[in-house]
Formats: sequence, structure tokens, C-alpha cells
Amino acid sequence: MEFSIYRFNPETDSAPYMQDFTLGDDLVEPGMMLLDALLLLKEQDDSLSFRRSCQHGVCGSDGMNINGTNGLACIMPLKDLKTPIVLRPFPGMPVIRDLIVDMDNFYHQYREAEPWLVNDSPEPEVERLQSPEDRDKLDGLYECILCGCCSAACPSYWWNPDRFLGPAALLQAARFIQDSRDEATEERLERLDDAYSLYRCHGIMNCTQVCPKGLNPSKAIGDIRRIMLKRSV
Amino acid sequence: MTLTTRKFDALIVGAGGAGLRAALQLSNAEARVAVVSKVFPTRSHTVAAQGGVNAALANVLPDSWHWHMFDTVKGSDYLGDQDAIEYMCRAAPKVVYELEHFGVPFSRLEEGNIYQRAFGGQSQHFGKEQAARTCAAADRTGHAILHSLYQQNLRAQTHFFDEYFAIDLIKDDAGHVLGVVAFDILSGEPIAIEAKTTLIATGGAGQIFRTNTNALSNTGDGMAMALRAGVPLEDMEFVQFHPTGIAGRGMLITEGARGEGGFLINDQGERFMERYAPNAKDLASRDVVSRAIAIEVREGRGCGRNKDHALLDLRHLGADTIMKKLPGIREVSMTFLGVDPIEAPIPIFPTCHYSMGGIPTNRDGQVVVPVKDTPEDPVPGLYAAGEAACVSVHGANRLGGNSLLDILVFGRAAANHILDFLKDNRHHRPLHKESVDRALARLARWDRKGEGEAVEPLRRELRKIMEDHCGVFRTAEVMQEGVTRLDNAVIRDHSRTFNTARVEAMELENLMDCAMATIVSALGREESRGAHSRMDFTDRDDERWLRHSLYSLQDDAMDYKPVRTQPVTVESFPPKERVY
Repeated sequence: MEFSIYRFNPETDSAPYMQDFTLGDDLVEPGMMLLDALLLLKEQDDSLSFRRSCQHGVCGSDGMNINGTNGLACIMPLKDLKTPIVLRPFPGMPVIRDLIVDMDNFYHQYREAEPWLVNDSPEPEVERLQSPEDRDKLDGLYECILCGCCSAACPSYWWNPDRFLGPAALLQAARFIQDSRDEATEERLERLDDAYSLYRCHGIMNCTQVCPKGLNPSKAIGDIRRIMLKRSV
Repeated sequence: MTLTTRKFDALIVGAGGAGLRAALQLSNAEARVAVVSKVFPTRSHTVAAQGGVNAALANVLPDSWHWHMFDTVKGSDYLGDQDAIEYMCRAAPKVVYELEHFGVPFSRLEEGNIYQRAFGGQSQHFGKEQAARTCAAADRTGHAILHSLYQQNLRAQTHFFDEYFAIDLIKDDAGHVLGVVAFDILSGEPIAIEAKTTLIATGGAGQIFRTNTNALSNTGDGMAMALRAGVPLEDMEFVQFHPTGIAGRGMLITEGARGEGGFLINDQGERFMERYAPNAKDLASRDVVSRAIAIEVREGRGCGRNKDHALLDLRHLGADTIMKKLPGIREVSMTFLGVDPIEAPIPIFPTCHYSMGGIPTNRDGQVVVPVKDTPEDPVPGLYAAGEAACVSVHGANRLGGNSLLDILVFGRAAANHILDFLKDNRHHRPLHKESVDRALARLARWDRKGEGEAVEPLRRELRKIMEDHCGVFRTAEVMQEGVTRLDNAVIRDHSRTFNTARVEAMELENLMDCAMATIVSALGREESRGAHSRMDFTDRDDERWLRHSLYSLQDDAMDYKPVRTQPVTVESFPPKERVY
């Protein structure tokens, strides 16, 4: 099985290049994921660098660009991929080395969304109640694993990474705006109400297409817009 | 070259649930806290916990912390320390309510209370009817908890060293722990982080076995650091094999799947757990269910072409329950097996899941070691919590839903003790140069160039040896062979200079230490108890073995200490035969 992988080591390379790798057919087993193949390729060349941890799509470490589309290597079946399999780091993020990108700005925008529950009412000695219907509103929002596939697929985020929060951070904003227990809805909406933070989303929907968890940031952003609109009239 | 040095009041190594719960407690009390983690915090393995966290909230069925305590003591096969278990079970409701206040999106019952499901080994009235004690956020409870804790730490402005690898503890001649030497994975630059207290919360060492439910990063780093600092590891022979890992792959299928009503079948379509545990059936303790599956397969009743696994059947639960309560495991099953549990049963086999053993602590999270006649003398400045620690609330077998509880209760308890310690110890002790140099030397040896054995094949071999010789069933002979092979294994190639290869090499060193601890402790314990099953010593032997093992790196020496059978306020639960 043939691979073409983006290589760049800032200590030795003046420019990035694509390197061919071959994985022997004897090593390819049914049900194998792309990450399994990468781990074997790393045995051929242990300088091949990528992040990985949980191996089943919950830690969000191994996001990369796979045959032109962002995804997680650990839950990407090899058999579904056209060869040669072309692997590149996320587009629009600075490359540290090989498939490893600098996600500082991505995390910064996440923090900008103030992704924590705010409730300053006196704490009850038991749980705060939430109806199953209100809890259902968080489904599709809270499951985000911060892999970055969505923001790294978003042209609006590529052009304005400093001012547009990007789909991942906006999904978090929505998760707290929709939480019946949160008391900072007004402040959250206020913070998003400028030309860039939220409104740079042009509904391209790459985010929703690539999300490996099947989430829909595009819809979450649309829902925030609707709430904004209601608030302004 | 001058070494970068940073100073904090409290240092936490590891950003899973235990580390982040402790960090939050400390930050909220305005201590200066730093968290060092080799992965970005939300990528820590707590994120993979599925089923939930136990607390006697009694939201679904009657419950009490005392019943929870009884179940935990029995589940531990009486090896758990009953003072720590009482403390944990009493604290459980409070820590779960706190989580809810932090924003954890728990699933809800009709009245708006936290949803609770049945899990294995849970009972009402000290061993009678099944209880429902596990608080859940669908089957993504660990994810929900870890992200919420991280978010609250952001709010509290905890200082994070993301993607820093801790090499070793700094310890002075008087035995005080003064922080760690770490390196920045991205730049490769070493750093000394000084702190008045250091909490190890680095999780388990599941990667010592080939087939496991664990993340690749679960390499026992903190346990190995403790060993190298002269701290023995406690009860390392007790490694939990989760009954329902995906056969051949290892991905976890939560016990919650059986809690919701799923059951196991063999090749005859028989619900075989009825024979092994007539009352609790599929919700018996994990060690019991794992052994039952292994026996079914060994006696030729396994499923599939190679008759090498059992099946977990959820079909009767219906699409609604599966999609609402178990969406994550449906996703995993479809991704890795192409099996939709709504339509077909899931092939499963016991898989290495959890280290019951670890760094010995008391219930304040202080690391304790034997000194002369005292079995448990605190190491000044050193704490441990979570899977890296052994407090011991799980004894010889952990109950499902008690690990998330353990990390929260003891992460919090350790932080509270650290706050007291900081009041009495206002100044940093002088940095201990020799100790720092030793850690730097450990880092530098991987810069060496030359021929030698590669890291990854060696890691694979290690994991295979452990699986073949130290799995669900154990005998002396093969374990001795394993000990010899591990003793002779060396890493000769130290030529790699780049981060991930170097990190993996250092992780392998840590894995080797943990594997040796596991195999030597297992060889020492001549009985079967909980997760430790020996075919040459098939019975539990309370007279000789109702005691904790302590393995030291120096000469692979074994020592033992008594079980704390006396709870804090209630009467002790004396050892009995375990029937489910």
C-alpha cells in the first residue's frame, strides 16, 4: 500500500517535501485504520512525526488532512482510502513538524468563547435540576473532542484566525448558550456581537462535512444567529 | 547551558480527572498551581471513560453510602483498605453534585435529577437486590467530566505546561520531593519545575499488555518515576481485565451496556453467566465475568471461526435505548467491527483495562512508604491520586464506576491536604543539584548515536510477553520465564534525537519498570484473589495473603504490609466467600 506523506523538520529542512512510503501487503490486515498503518510506517522511519493517543476517536489527537479532507487517522478505515494515500498536516495552521501543527491559536479561540458554565446563584446542596428536554438541547454540542478538523477546514478561519472564533469555538459557545443552567447567556451573546467573532461564518459547511464525531457546528452557529436576531428585535 | 527553572506552590503531573480536580481545588484556594501534561489536557485518558461514576444519590433506587462501601469491600476481594473505602463512598454524593455544578452535562431523569444506571457488583441492603448507583452522561461520562474540569480550570486560571514530558522527581537527601525535571516536547528543552508539593496523577500502565482498552499514552510514567525515587509500588499484580473489550482489538464496550440490560452469550446462544453468578448474572464483578468468558472459550464454547470470543447481545434493548443511552459504543462497534449492535451482537473478549495497584498513599493522598517499624510513613512533599496511586480503594478488583469516583475524591482530598501543607511550609527548599543532574542524564542518553535494537519492536515484544505470561490466568513457570526475559531486555539504540521517538523511548523505560513490578508481584502472591488468578494456587488464602504487596526497583525486592481493615466510623466487613 502506497503513501505520500508531508515531511518537514525545521532543524534540517529548508522547505517541506512529500515523501513516499510503502506498507507491505503482508502487514495490511482487514479492519485496519489509518493510524495502525502510520504506526507501522513509523517503525520504518521513526522520525515520522504525528500526534496520537486513544486510538478510537475520543481524545482528538490525530487530526490530519487525509486525501484532501480533514479527519482522524484512528477511525479512518484504510480500505476506504484511495491510494496512494496522501497525508498532510491541517491546512491553515502553522506546521511544527511533519503532520504536527501548532494549535495555540485554535485553543486561544476556544478560551475566547469562555467555555465554562457560569451560575452564580447560591449552590444547592444537591444537583441543579434540568429537564430531559433541556438536556437534549446539549446533544450534538457537548461531544466535541477539540480535534480541530472543523476549524482547519474553514476558509473563514484560514483568513481571519485571530478575529473569527472558528466552528469549534462557536460550537462551545452554543453549548453554553443552550445550557438551561447557565446564567451568562446575555454576556455570551454580547461578546459574539461584532463583525468577526461569529458573523465571519459564511455557511460554507466544511466544518459539518468533516466532523469525525458527526457534529454540526454550522447548525449551532445558525442557532446562535437566530437567538441574536430575536434578541435585537 | 543554564537550565530553565520555574517555581510554583503546587505541581501536578498529569491532566486527567485526578490532576484537574486537584488543580481546580488548589486554584480556587488561590495557591499557585502548575499542571504538567505530555498531552493537551482534554486528550488525557479520563476522556475515554464511558459508563459513569458511582454515588449513592438514590435517584432511581434506594441507596446508601454504606451499601456502596460494602459492595466496594466485597468487590475488592477484601484487599481494599476500609478506611479509604468508607471515606470515598461517603464523599461520593458531594463530589458528583460538585461536578454537576461545574457544568457536567449528566443525562437526566424525568424530574430533572441526575440519571443513574445499574453497574456490576452493585447491591442494595449489603448484597441483596441490584442497585442503580452509576451517574452517567450517556456513555461519554469521562469525556463530559474531563472537559468540564478543564473548562473550570481555565476559568480559575490554572497554569498549564501542555505537551511537557516529566522525566523524574527531584528529591533531596532529606527525602523531600521538590518538583520534577521535565522537557518541552516541542523544543526538546529541559526545565526544572520547583514546587513545595508534587502530585503524581499520571494514570495507569495498561500499555504493558498487548490487547488493552488504554490510550497509547498510558505508560505508567508516574509509577515509574516513583519507583526510581525509591518509592515501592503497591499491589501491582492486580491488573483488571475488562470483560467486554472488542475481540482482537481491545476497544472498550462499557459495562453500562450490561447495566442497561445487555447480556453475554456463548456459541450455543446460552446466557452462560447464569451458571457462574446465579443472582447478579451479567452484572457480577468484573473479575468474575472475565474469568467466566475465558473459561467458556477455553472449554470450546467460544464464538466465531476461531472460537476465541464471546458475544455481547444488546438487540433486545431496542434502537431507542441504544441510541439514547449507548450512542458512543454503537459508534465504536460500527467503526471497528462494522457491527451495528441494534442488529447484531458484538464480539468481545477480556482486555487489559486498569491498574488496581500503584503508588501507595493514605486517604489524604500523601505517598507513604515503610520506614523501620512504620508501614506507612509519608514522603514529605509527595502526593499521588487516581489510577497512578493505590490508596487502596479497589484492592484486588475494582468495581465499574469506582475509578471516576476515585480520581475525583482523592484528587480533591490530596489538594485539601496540600493546602494544609502549604500553610506550614511557606518556602521552597533549596534545589537539589544531583537529583536534577540524574534526570537530565536520563534525557541525554537518548541523544547517543550508534547501532542498537529499535524501540518499537521491543515494546511490542514486551507487551506480548506480558500477555502470554501474565494474563487472566497465571502460573509460576511462565511468569518466571517472563521475568528472565524482561531482565535481559535492553534498549541499545539511543540514537534518536527527535521528540516523538524520544518520548516513546522514555515511555518504554517506564513501561518496563511497571511490567517488572507487575510480574514480580504476581509471582510473589501464591493465591488467587480478585483479578489475580493462578492455576497453581487456585484459592484465596486470607491467612497468608490478606496483605498488600510492595515492589521496589532495587533488586526487584518484595515486601508486604497489612490491609487497613478498620474503617473510620463503622464496623469492619470481615472477609467472606464472594458469591454473586
